[in-house]
This record gives sequence, structure tokens and C-alpha cells, in this order.
Amino acid sequence: MTEGLGLRPPVSAGGAEGLSDDQLRRLASQIRMRDLEMICTAGAGHTGGELSVADILTVLYFAFLRVDPTRPDWPERDRFVLSKGHAAGALYTTLAAAGFIGDAELDTFMRPESRLNGHPSRRLLPGVEASTGPLGHGLPIAVGMALAAKLDRSPARTVVLTGDGELQEGSNWEAAMAAAHFELDRLTLFIDRNGLQQGDSTERTMRLEPLADKWRAFGWGVVEVDGHDIPSLRRVLERLPVVRGKPTCVIAHTHKGQGVSFMRDAVEWHHRVPTADELSAALRELEAAAA
Amino acid sequence: MTDLFDCRQAFAQTLVELAAVDERIVAVVNDSIGSSSLRDFSRQFPDRLINVGIAEQDMVGIAAGLASGGRVPFVCSPAPFLTGRALEQIKVDVAYSVHNVKLVGMSSGLAYGALGATHHSIEDFAWTRVLPNLVVIAPADPLETRQAVQAAAEREGPVFLRLSRMPVRAVHAPDYRLQIGAAAQLRGGEDVTLIANGVLVSRALDAADLLAEVGVSARVLNMATVSPIDAAAIEAAARETGRIVTIEEHSIIGGLGSAVAEVVVRTHPVRVRMLGVPGIFAPTGSAAWLLERFGLEPADIRDAALQLVRETAA
Repeated sequence: MTEGLGLRPPVSAGGAEGLSDDQLRRLASQIRMRDLEMICTAGAGHTGGELSVADILTVLYFAFLRVDPTRPDWPERDRFVLSKGHAAGALYTTLAAAGFIGDAELDTFMRPESRLNGHPSRRLLPGVEASTGPLGHGLPIAVGMALAAKLDRSPARTVVLTGDGELQEGSNWEAAMAAAHFELDRLTLFIDRNGLQQGDSTERTMRLEPLADKWRAFGWGVVEVDGHDIPSLRRVLERLPVVRGKPTCVIAHTHKGQGVSFMRDAVEWHHRVPTADELSAALRELEAAAA
Repeated sequence: MTDLFDCRQAFAQTLVELAAVDERIVAVVNDSIGSSSLRDFSRQFPDRLINVGIAEQDMVGIAAGLASGGRVPFVCSPAPFLTGRALEQIKVDVAYSVHNVKLVGMSSGLAYGALGATHHSIEDFAWTRVLPNLVVIAPADPLETRQAVQAAAEREGPVFLRLSRMPVRAVHAPDYRLQIGAAAQLRGGEDVTLIANGVLVSRALDAADLLAEVGVSARVLNMATVSPIDAAAIEAAARETGRIVTIEEHSIIGGLGSAVAEVVVRTHPVRVRMLGVPGIFAPTGSAAWLLERFGLEPADIRDAALQLVRETAA
């Protein structure tokens, strides 16, 4: 899928700096298109929350993370943990774009014996750093990864992406305390702040605001960013940690269903699968964006 | 007077020795340095003792992350909180993920006595042995504890060590070698088999002595590994002795007795009598009193075995 653009992840390309913002923007649209096709083939997926993280994943894998699809176990690689494991489809599509798996394998998503389980498993797929699914697991694991890197004096950086509704799980706040206490300033948390959870808005379900204040109070450096604006995301990543000696929390303001007008901010698209007509309409919009 | 030992000392000393030669080993605790006997470890390896505070879910998740980074974390925490509070992390982050994490549940069973049922860990066999990839070991004495810690460190993969704080005497000869997944026959016998582990093994041996006095020959198996269970030893016991009594410091629902019965019914069905906590929350009382209350004294074990022998006499 990315061959035409000649895009590779940073390490094998000798640095992500080579990719323009425009290339990344187009790539994110292509990842969204492929993800939607995959969801339709499988007949299942978490459509809204996958579209909301596509830009973040694109920037991470193609402009930040030092990972290498030919050496997925390289000890000094950066780690990425998808804590919102239900967005597995977006991760698989990104991993395919980055060369960790072949594009054709995406069509096996959720089929019997597929490596592309409904939630990502580190035992099944190279490039998946943590098995996730139940919410509130990724941040503690990422804290452990960052601690291991610190003990080893490794340059490896750890990035974890959680949903926003997921922050209602208490385990996140245990880990928030620990990351600040251990001064893990090579740990970065992205919060996919799309404002919606499965049934309703986060604020009507269980209020998260004032979210930035909470993370600051827990001892983190906090920055807020438009989670769909590629240049803004890149600028944040270029100045990590935002506060020396502290882990960084990036509150990425996003929209569920971003990129497809009729899915955007619509709670019913949490895990709805597009019909054939809806898929065509969605792909037309995304193609226009990728042009 | 027989010498009695707190197996936590053997655990802590062995961990220090292993950590001295294996840089990868770290200890992860939930403010449980004292209750895990890790003062020496913290003095010798201050950078390798990670205290996450009173936060068990975080503790196990962090351990998984450390393992992912190549470390060998020994998570040391009172068994009830480690297994109960962090069960989903144990399932997903450790067992399902096959992370090289060693879970060490201290003061398991009824050890906390009068602190109450909240602090008893009589469900942990049930919760852990059901999980694939997770080895579950309950050593019986200091020597076996030492070997269990070594075996856990050598093994690449998740292990749960269920330790106690109740004093026990040595039940193994100095040349004993623990093998994961293998029962140890501590005494031969033909009329009945007593299967126990942990602090109750010595009581099973005492019960066998009492049974010999009344002419009943009891085999005694130390089933230190609960998962994977030694099906061959259980089947042989069923075939050769015709009756089995299981003795556990655990609920009789889902624990050692259940694990034994699962093998017996699919190999050579015979009567199995399960001694343990009979599916209730324990009343207030010291650990010693509770073992008595639940019929886990040697004389109780003898009586249960005798009754089973009588009921099944040809």
C-alpha cells in the first residue's frame, strides 16, 4: 500500500525527517482507507476509535519511533503500546504500512487462526509490544518498559496510547503516580481525547475534566495538541520531554470517526461496520483527502 | 525438638544469591519489603528493588513491562492481594502475554490467621491454576522453597510461587531435587494416598505415621507443583492404593483436591476425600487454630483416611 509513496519507518529509512507533513497526511488517509476495508472484510471492528488515532499512529511510526520491521526484537528499539487494544485494526494497518506484516494479511483480520486477533497479541504478531484488550493495562506495562530502559541506561523511548474513557480505570492512576515518582522522562502518554466512549460522551458518563490539571497534579508534563494536525503532532514529539525529569502526557484532541463526515463524532460508530454503500462513500472522502 | 523454619527466609536468601549472579533479576513490591523479607535484597541491590507503593495492578503490569525489557522480575507481595487484586493483570499481562514474570505470593493460605478472611489466600490455587502458561508451585520446606526459587529463575516463562509464613519442619532429604510438574513420593504405601503441598506436607507425613500405628499403609505425595499437575503420579496412586485423601490450605473448591480429582475421574476413578476449607469464609482465629478448626491436624487426616478406607473396604 505504501510502496507507491516510498515510505518506510524512521530506522530503515535513515530518519523520519525525510517525510514531509503532506506525505504523512496522505499516508494517514490511506491507513484509514485500508482500515475501513479491513473492517468491512472482517465484518467487525471499532471504527470510530480507529479513525481517531490514525494520525497519531502515522506520525509515531513514520516520524518518531525508532523501530525496524526487519528486527522487531532489536533491544534498543523504541516501544509503542496500544493500550486501547480495541483499536487493533488501526495498529495492524499501520504495522502493514510500516512493513512489519504484508498488506494481504490484513484481509485475515479476526478470521480463525489469524495473527490479527480482535485485540493485539504480542505472542502472535511481530511489532506488537504488549497484549492489550482489557482497558487500563497499557500504561502500567509501559511504565515497566520505561523502567527497564532506565535501569539499562538504554536510549529506548516508550510511548503508550490510551483512550480517554479508558482513564476511568484506576490502574492508570496507579501508574501515573509511579511514572512521575520514578522520573520516567522517556515515557510519553498519548491520550486519544475524542470525548466519546462506547455509550455516550466521557463527561456525561464519568467526568474526566479537568484532565490536564489531573496529570499535572500527578507530576507529569502536559501538552495539548490537535490530534489530527500532523505538523502539531510532530512539533510535540520533537520537544519531548516537555518538562525535564517528568513523563509527558500529550492530550491529543481528536474526533471519533475522523476523516469520514458521517462517522465523525457519532457515538453509534464506536463499533459499527459500514455497509458497502457507506464504505464507498467513506473511501471517496478519504481519497479526496489523500490527493 | 524439631527445628521449624519460616520459608520466607529461604526465599529471600536464595533471591539475593541469584541476583548476585544474574543482573537481570529485580524485585517488585507493593510496600511489602518487610513482609517479603527483602531487607537484605534492598540493601545489596537498592537500584533493583522497585517499590510501586500499595498498587497491585500497577505492580504486576510494571513487572510485565520490565520482563518485556529483558529483566526477570520477582513480584513479592502478600498472596491475597497479589492474586486477588491483580488477577486480570496476571491473566493478560503475564500468562497470556507469556512474560517472564515470577509472582511470589507471601503468607498464603490461612497464615494471616486472626487478621481475617480478607487476608486469607485460600482461592489462589483456583485463580492461578486455571491460567494457561502459568506454573504454580507451593513448596513444603526451606530446601524445596530454595529450589523452587531457583527453578523459577531458570525457567523462561511465568511462575507463581505460593509461600507461607507458618513455621514448618524439613520434610525433604538434603539430596532432594524439585522438578517442576513432578510429585515427590515421600513415603510408600498401598492402602491410601495422602496428597498435600505447602505447610501441610509435614502433617500428611505425621498422619501416615498415625495410620501405620493402626495397620494402614499410606503413601504420601508432595504435590508441590499444582500446575502443570503430575497426572501420572495421581493415576498411579489411584490404581495402586485405590483411595486418595487431599490435604490443602485452600478452599476445597478449585484447589489441589479439585486438580487431583480432575485427573482421577478421567484416568482411574476412585474415591477422593478433600480436606481443606469447606467453601466458607473462615471465622476469626489464629492460623494454628484455623487449621485445627478445618480438620487439618494429623489426627484429623488419619481419621478421614480411616473412614475412607472403611467406606471402600471390599
